[in-house]
Amino acid sequence: MKIDFEHIQAAHCENGVTVSLLKNIGVGKITEPLAFGIGSGLFFAYIPLLKVNNGPAFAFRTMPGLIFKRTCHALGITVRRKKFRTKKKAQEFLAACLDSGHAVGCQVGVYYLPYFPKEYRFHFNAHNLIVYGKAEGRYLISDPIMEKPETLSEYELERVRFARGVLSPRGQVYYPVAGRPITDAMIQKGIKNGITRNIRDMLHIPGPIAGVRGIRYTGQRIKKWRDSLGVKKAGLYLAQLVRMQEEIGTGGGGFRYIYAAFLQEAYGYYPDNILAEVSASFTRSGDLWRTAAVQAAGIYKGRLGSQNDFNQMGDYLQEISELEKQSFIALSKIKWKL
Amino acid sequence: MKKEEVPQDLGSLGKITKEVCYATDDSGKYTTELSQGWDVKAGALDVAWQNIEERIAAAREKVLRQEASPLLYFMELKLMDIGVLAGYTGFWKWQVRRHLRPGVFKKLSARKLRRYAEVFDVSVNDFFTLIRT
Repeated sequence: MKIDFEHIQAAHCENGVTVSLLKNIGVGKITEPLAFGIGSGLFFAYIPLLKVNNGPAFAFRTMPGLIFKRTCHALGITVRRKKFRTKKKAQEFLAACLDSGHAVGCQVGVYYLPYFPKEYRFHFNAHNLIVYGKAEGRYLISDPIMEKPETLSEYELERVRFARGVLSPRGQVYYPVAGRPITDAMIQKGIKNGITRNIRDMLHIPGPIAGVRGIRYTGQRIKKWRDSLGVKKAGLYLAQLVRMQEEIGTGGGGFRYIYAAFLQEAYGYYPDNILAEVSASFTRSGDLWRTAAVQAAGIYKGRLGSQNDFNQMGDYLQEISELEKQSFIALSKIKWKL
Repeated sequence: MKKEEVPQDLGSLGKITKEVCYATDDSGKYTTELSQGWDVKAGALDVAWQNIEERIAAAREKVLRQEASPLLYFMELKLMDIGVLAGYTGFWKWQVRRHLRPGVFKKLSARKLRRYAEVFDVSVNDFFTLIRT
């Protein structure tokens, strides 16, 4: 029971799963940046009240699952997605999928994922991997984060598929169903819709905590953290920000580089100079996020710590907010003739 | 970020797998480059783990002072919070919260204790001994 399957390493697990699964049904044109852009992956949110690992929640991308869903939808590909009440049913469904030759994406928790380094094993439940077969009683796993394919025993896979806590996967599996051939015109349209939706998410989402206003708001709050939280706790919060921004899966710079790569590829499909220009400004935005991360590191490593240092950190974020605002405004000026 | 600027500071993940970064080549075109890690984010991860160690130590103190039941110590040790623990044990959150009180914990049935022990991957005995050693 082994499906002919090519392992692809990607920056982000969901992009990688999307690219691999699509390739497996014969859609080879979708690269990781295209999947990310068509799925309107770029985002920012700071949710002070929601605590993740005892720090505030930051998001640099959209909700888990949306990138895959939107990219498939844009290409007119049907998605089968299923959650389970019992472990037995989940196991049977997976076996049936593999028997019929479908490689499937699985949402899993990483805490019990044995091949992950211990330092990364938190109770985080929105990781994605692909099961593409079973050999000698072990499942063959293509995890986009890893350089090479892995294997998991039945018990190990079941354990991560039924991880508990926030966003518990409940054995969730999904796979695309092969349909019409994908044309360049469909990709063009997907690019247009992906960008339009991303403009909406970043510029027009209501409230102060998300989108470009969310970045500015975070900057303003950081300036107050030294007094309201104390240097130590503020350092912990900043470390949390940096981890969400740079840890495995972002491609660096909180997904901004992937988005710049997407705009560059989009230019290949729809040669409008605005796309190329804005791609360059997202590269700058990614660079700025990384500069801010270095500043944050100075604070949580104890090298910096004065109010001026916090102000500088806040200013970086406000600068990024302004830059990304202008970038999305520029994107909204594109005259699409499709 | 230019291709040459992709950081290569060997971190704990870098020993197991390298990660994909997006960066530009000489002509400004995007390409991918493998990174071994970056000191800045390794530092962030260190901070997170230091915090966890402190929480475990604090939980231990609290248990020794009889301000919380031993479940608190094991919960922190396994990086769980009340929601995660409730999920794995099948108890309601309010039940877990109650079980964290030393008085209530003392009266817990053997069955319930076993349920916790299974989730924490320890023996029931450990609840009563480990904390004192």
